[in-house]
Amino acid sequence: MMGDKEKKRVSSLTDLPHEILEAAYKSGIEASEDKRSATYMYIDHSLVLSKVNEHFAGRLELLDTKDALDKYSWLQDYLWDIIEPDKDEVTKSVFEEFGGGYFIRIMAGARVEFPLQSCLMISGKKVKQKVHNIVIAEEGSEARIITGCSMHTKAERGEHLGVSEFFIKKDAKLNYTMIHNWSEQMKVRPRSATRLEENATFISNYILLSPVKDLQMYPMVYCEGVNAKTELNSIVYARGESRVDIGSGVVFNAAGCRGEIVSRVMAKENSNVKARAIIRGNASPAKGHLECKGLLLDDTSVIHAIPELVGARKDVDLSHEAAVGKIAEKEITYLMSRGLSRDDATSVIVRGFLDVDILGLPPNLQQEISSMVDKMDLGL
Amino acid sequence: MISGESMNILELENLSVEVEGKRILEDINLHLPEKSTMLFFGPNGSGKTTLLLTIAGMPGYNITSGSITLNGVDITSLDVDERARLGIGTGFQLPPEITGVKLRDMIKICAGGRPGDDLTKEERNLIKRFKLDDFINRDINLGFSGGEKKRAEMLQMMALKPKLLLLDEPDSGVDVESLKLIGRELQKYLKASGASAFIITHHGDILEHLDSKYACVLMDGRIWCRGNPREIYDTILARGYRECAECHVRHPMED
Repeated sequence: MMGDKEKKRVSSLTDLPHEILEAAYKSGIEASEDKRSATYMYIDHSLVLSKVNEHFAGRLELLDTKDALDKYSWLQDYLWDIIEPDKDEVTKSVFEEFGGGYFIRIMAGARVEFPLQSCLMISGKKVKQKVHNIVIAEEGSEARIITGCSMHTKAERGEHLGVSEFFIKKDAKLNYTMIHNWSEQMKVRPRSATRLEENATFISNYILLSPVKDLQMYPMVYCEGVNAKTELNSIVYARGESRVDIGSGVVFNAAGCRGEIVSRVMAKENSNVKARAIIRGNASPAKGHLECKGLLLDDTSVIHAIPELVGARKDVDLSHEAAVGKIAEKEITYLMSRGLSRDDATSVIVRGFLDVDILGLPPNLQQEISSMVDKMDLGL
Repeated sequence: MISGESMNILELENLSVEVEGKRILEDINLHLPEKSTMLFFGPNGSGKTTLLLTIAGMPGYNITSGSITLNGVDITSLDVDERARLGIGTGFQLPPEITGVKLRDMIKICAGGRPGDDLTKEERNLIKRFKLDDFINRDINLGFSGGEKKRAEMLQMMALKPKLLLLDEPDSGVDVESLKLIGRELQKYLKASGASAFIITHHGDILEHLDSKYACVLMDGRIWCRGNPREIYDTILARGYRECAECHVRHPMED
């Protein structure tokens, strides 16, 4: 489309060039598909791979959104159901035209133990990638998704516009981890929303450790069913003149809901981060807590924490804690008193701050992502 | 006290210390023989913690005169990490909380390893003995009770294996069971390793577990009295620090 060369479909990730796999790995994508329940790969404007691991056949469905819309007429009811097409320029643009995206459906009652992985990559020059993702966790299902958005090293200046709508039905549980690995030349605009039905659970983890030119997003979670639960965690390391404006929002529209937002932000090298969060209590009882910690590593960067709590019922219990500052000297000297040099002590604290243990990940996945973070060149 | 350079683990000579421009310690002279434990008593604000943290090399404690010698090496101008590597282990009264750095990471750091390394069998046993199994994967000191913090500090000391332990009130805010545990483990370590200890305390209970022949009373930034720990503690208990101030048998320059 738009004059770009159509990417060839492959039958397995290992058929892809090494440098593509390398870039995908940096956003959490595992080349050996047997550790994954399904794999979706989309490069520039083309679907490259969409495959369900045979062990999980019947338990989940994975298609390109365009193919899924052709296959299921009912899917039209989900498309643009929780995000307004005319919300902003990004949604308008994706509404007019999109290239693809993933459609994921976890079947009712299915337990999908292995994570499903999806990767949206930009490899060409000046690519404006536009996708629309839809995820449906049917009643009583349980699954994990890792989605990586990454950039080929040869890619130059690009834009990623992604609309994602999540539907978590009654008693379903979804753990969704998104890892962004962009570059200094990328403009990134995700637009996401999630709807939770009765007793549904949605855990979302967001990790950004590499520089990005300009990223703005504010995913919202609407708790529409009683006793719905959500946890939204994010770890952001802004460096290399990154401009990041990231938020997380939870809205309680039913009784018994619980929500927690945790964000850790570090900034250096002339970066600017707005860390937003909002919890709205429109129904009660409901309990929400948000925590935002910002660490400034130099004097050229700015972290602006904007936590908001809106209570509209007397029985809502909303709280927040926010802190922005430098590494506390007493923490450094404490570690030095155990024999570490000042530099090593600082590095231990910074790595601790990026600790993925705060993410609600199952142990295996946690280890995997933790070792991925360890291997990354954090420039510390 | 026994003198002679090779026999002392720690020597403080004419040590004066300022904090934020204010003189806190005045002309402290003290020799701690190797393989010995010394207790420090004194009213709040007398300078005990300042003395301990000055020996540890913590920043903010400005030595205006005098010297500190550890095992014959002048450490007066060394940084806290250099002193730690020479064998000083500091157990803090109020240790900080560090987000994302777990107790298990601290144990590995103390043992000279890297955070995230696997715990050895010996380290696991140590953790069990200090009843901190449930805390190893928690951020250090975050949400720990007073007693848990003290046990975690002592546990780190055991992993650090210092030649000289500087312990600031290891017994405060600690329940009877934890006190017994800390006291016994500490004494066991001191005996087995031949290390020395310098302990600030307000309570005599820890004395029951320690084999200590030396004690000092610090008041107004000076060493006021030296003697047997039990005798000094009993006197303080019976007659308070006022008695120390008025005591005519004090020997401030005794060594």
